[in-house]
Amino acid sequence: MRQPTAESESAGGVAPRGRYRAIVIGGSAGGMKALLTVLSRLHEGFQSPIIVVLHVHPTESGYLAEHLGERCGLPVKEALDKEPAQAGVVYVAPPGYHLLVEREETLALSADEPVRFARPSIDVLFESAAHVWSWRLIGVILSGANSDGAYGISQIRKFGGLTIAQDPTTAEYPVMPQSAVDTASVAKILSPEEIGGFLGGMNCSTK
Amino acid sequence: MNNADIENIEISLLLEAIYERYGHDFRHYARASISRRIRQFLNNASGCASISEMIPKVLHDESFFERLINNFSIPVTEMFRDPLVYRSIRQKIVPLLKTYPFVRIWHAGCATGEEVYSMAILLKEEGLYDRATIFATDFNDVALSKAKEGIYAVDSIKQFTGNYQQSGGSASFSEYYHARYDSIAIQHSLKRNITFANHNLATDGVFGEMHLIMCRNVLIYLDSALQSRVANLFGESLTYGGFLCLGTKETLDFTDGGKHFKVIDEPARIYQKKAAGFAP
Ligand SMILES: C[S@@+](CC[C@H](N)C(=O)[O-])C[C@H]1O[C@@H](n2cnc3c(N)ncnc32)[C@H](O)[C@@H]1O
Repeated sequence: MRQPTAESESAGGVAPRGRYRAIVIGGSAGGMKALLTVLSRLHEGFQSPIIVVLHVHPTESGYLAEHLGERCGLPVKEALDKEPAQAGVVYVAPPGYHLLVEREETLALSADEPVRFARPSIDVLFESAAHVWSWRLIGVILSGANSDGAYGISQIRKFGGLTIAQDPTTAEYPVMPQSAVDTASVAKILSPEEIGGFLGGMNCSTK
Repeated sequence: MNNADIENIEISLLLEAIYERYGHDFRHYARASISRRIRQFLNNASGCASISEMIPKVLHDESFFERLINNFSIPVTEMFRDPLVYRSIRQKIVPLLKTYPFVRIWHAGCATGEEVYSMAILLKEEGLYDRATIFATDFNDVALSKAKEGIYAVDSIKQFTGNYQQSGGSASFSEYYHARYDSIAIQHSLKRNITFANHNLATDGVFGEMHLIMCRNVLIYLDSALQSRVANLFGESLTYGGFLCLGTKETLDFTDGGKHFKVIDEPARIYQKKAAGFAP
């Protein structure tokens, strides 16, 4: 079954409506720009929560959500511990904390030690989200200069979720998406514009 | 039912076995985080093929259990962590503490002690140390004995010093420790009024008439039911008008334990116990 607008939306197609319950996105160096491109194609009333880990300097706490919020059409907030993950909201991990998802679809923070030098860690978010949403989860890896997220993307794949990597040739820093691709767990390799178009295809009511 | 659901059953059974056998209650820890640590232990150190296989080992092999629960305490900490919180304590709490003839402070979940010594330094600089009694508790004995020693790696000193300066510290931070070969030792005089003790927030009771409770980056490890228990425990352990300080990403908003408290400083997560008769 194909959306009528699939071809015109973008070369990446669009996500089938109703199937996916949540989106997780990870990125590092160069990831901010790619993320803004993706988010700019999503609009108010989006049908699932979008949960983001972006590696930034620990002193920039609070700044990240503000920066994204000013530049995209969806509400963006820094994740709070125990907060329910609501559709149409972009949650970003606070610097210095891991962000996880609980089975009752609430967000959880942890001050555990960094995982492979990263806190927040993309792997930690993706693995926990895969356990909660399994095949109803979309995981996206954007530009970055390290390989955080490769393990996480393979976990999402293992639970039947949809895995997307930014096309490394479009990434400012290709190591992160390339590492994800190298796990052979990535289903779609797309430019940020195409990722935005694809996810935007979910932005229809579930009627 | 998918594999994640099955794994969740295994984890519930494992935590139940630990509780029944050893009395350590992790059943109401935030599930996502403890699941991650169990998986990690399973893959790296258990010699088991599944979480279910760990259950008989936990029941019959005490050393296996001890290795496992070592992974459940995360004593990650630093001195003057979140410096602005200490600044706020100086500005908003200290003036009230100064009105008491003696001051009782409880650090719940003190890990390896950095937070406790930070408080000791702050009290010293504010002229409050001599009338203060500090209780520092954790359920991790290994962390507690490190806390008692007060010896830290020399490479943390740069971060500690930076934090101290941002926290509004008025002296030179190096006055508070002796440098050794590859470590630093906290000044003996800072330890005088500190009592370290084992206390488990999940199972143990009220802890005296406190004026200030510091419990930072501990509640995030608990689910909301256990958070409520702990918030009530803190409510009962504080004098009226006493203060509670949580981690900067923690909140009482998603539990019903918040009813005892009003917010004093939102970003620093400083709460104050409401007076008796104060309508909830
Ligand atoms: C991340 S550390 C926080 C240390 C310090 N308060 C800080 O913010 O830097 C969390 C500590 O909570 C302790 N903890 C966890 N569960 C506990 C419980 N049920 N009772 C007492 N301490 C607990 C752990 O052993 C660990 O040392």
